[in-house]
Amino acid sequence: MAVVVTGLGCTTPLGGDVPSTWQAALEGRSGVRTLDNDWAELYGLPVNFAGQIAVQPGEVLSRPEIKRMDPSAQYAIIAAREAWRDAGSPEVDPERLGAVVSSGIGGVWTLLTAWDTVKDRGAARVLPLTVPMLMPNSPAAYVELEMGAKAGAHAPVSACASGAEAIGMAFEMIESGRADVVVAGGTEAAIHPLPLSAFAAMQALSKRNDSPATASRPYDTTRDGFVLGEGAGILVLESEEHAKARGARIHARLVGLGLSSDAHHIAAPDPGGAGQTRAMKLALERAGLAPADVAHVNAHATSTPAGDMVEARGIRGIMGAHADQVLLSATKSMTGHLLGGAGAVESVFTIKALQDRVAPPTINVDSPDPELEVDLVRNTPRAMAASGDLAAINNSFGFGGHNVALVFITA
Amino acid sequence: MALSEQEVLAGLAEIVVEETGIDAGDVQLEKSFTDDLDIDSLSMMTIVTLAEEKFDVRIPDEEVKNLVTVGDAVSYITTAQA
Repeated sequence: MAVVVTGLGCTTPLGGDVPSTWQAALEGRSGVRTLDNDWAELYGLPVNFAGQIAVQPGEVLSRPEIKRMDPSAQYAIIAAREAWRDAGSPEVDPERLGAVVSSGIGGVWTLLTAWDTVKDRGAARVLPLTVPMLMPNSPAAYVELEMGAKAGAHAPVSACASGAEAIGMAFEMIESGRADVVVAGGTEAAIHPLPLSAFAAMQALSKRNDSPATASRPYDTTRDGFVLGEGAGILVLESEEHAKARGARIHARLVGLGLSSDAHHIAAPDPGGAGQTRAMKLALERAGLAPADVAHVNAHATSTPAGDMVEARGIRGIMGAHADQVLLSATKSMTGHLLGGAGAVESVFTIKALQDRVAPPTINVDSPDPELEVDLVRNTPRAMAASGDLAAINNSFGFGGHNVALVFITA
Repeated sequence: MALSEQEVLAGLAEIVVEETGIDAGDVQLEKSFTDDLDIDSLSMMTIVTLAEEKFDVRIPDEEVKNLVTVGDAVSYITTAQA
């Protein structure tokens, strides 16, 4: 069963929806700024900036919705509603409708706020909705409830590959005939002092406190770590048959999924990149495409010294000389790293890139890593071929050695 | 200084509105939490937890099932804080 994309939604550090986020990305704007609080001073955080969400959920959700959902679920619901409207709010048999929405970290705000309550005010003050708010499947469950999805609700967790893995799982639900329509994506709301401290303790975060907007700089020789971001991306995936029967507008087609695991280290990527490369190869094989068919890659590229070049070398390894013609974009340079939301928001970017036939820019690359042998789109967007089918890969890799590659083609 | 029933009702209504989105005007003494206001048991427990803190009273778990109407809760809280 062929799978098409009929709806897109997101809320990100660049904007509260897809049009504003995509516009900001094409303009090469940074969504990264100094924290709106005094955590750095209060807790001695070595990092005082992040990719904070552009539109607060309180501006678009009701008070009871805010109180019942962890921010990770709030972002997912905001993106899911946009995606569903964008898909034309289709009538779907509930038993043929699924929801797959992942978070890399789960309801960390709810968990830690409830722990503060226990310590400061006693166990009796802990609210009864704490468990349904903190469980990592909560965003998937709220989307399932909102849509009335009864074909299955899932939340595959694989750190920073979670959002892409959710889309992959939705792809397989439709391909295998288990569902006609699946609302799928990822979300994260982990800009909290604890995750910031913990990522900083790993030396994973950029410490460019005096210049937050330039801190996320994938492939630049002076990159010094990733920038924590937050937000969600959601796709409405649909069997081609179902979409055509209802006359739906098709944004793009999801044609390939490649999954692999490194079995190398709990956090570091395999420096040889064998697992990442295999994920890309498997995805292309499943799509029935050759490396030479790929016009664009939305890279995982988080701006860490260790990670970026492993992926870039892998792309070069697969594509060979064709890598000189592959437009490589690292949109985390603008959004920061949305962890479990990253693969989904970057899928939205990949689909918009195919639709508009333009690759979004990578900002802050003043001096590209000399080993980079792929055509990096820097500072301003670059047009892709004006006619013919275009194929693009979206890569996502997670701590634990989880590798996910998705292949989309033009509608 | 103990609050009057009217003050407790107003304070309880604030919690209910915030938690459920129900119109404040619907939170009346004779209304049943489950049958009229459509409040499920988890939301009821949330309202009880917040009310305990707001009015500085203790509402034992076994007592919650007796709080059928808004008026039951208002009476209980008014008496408990006295």
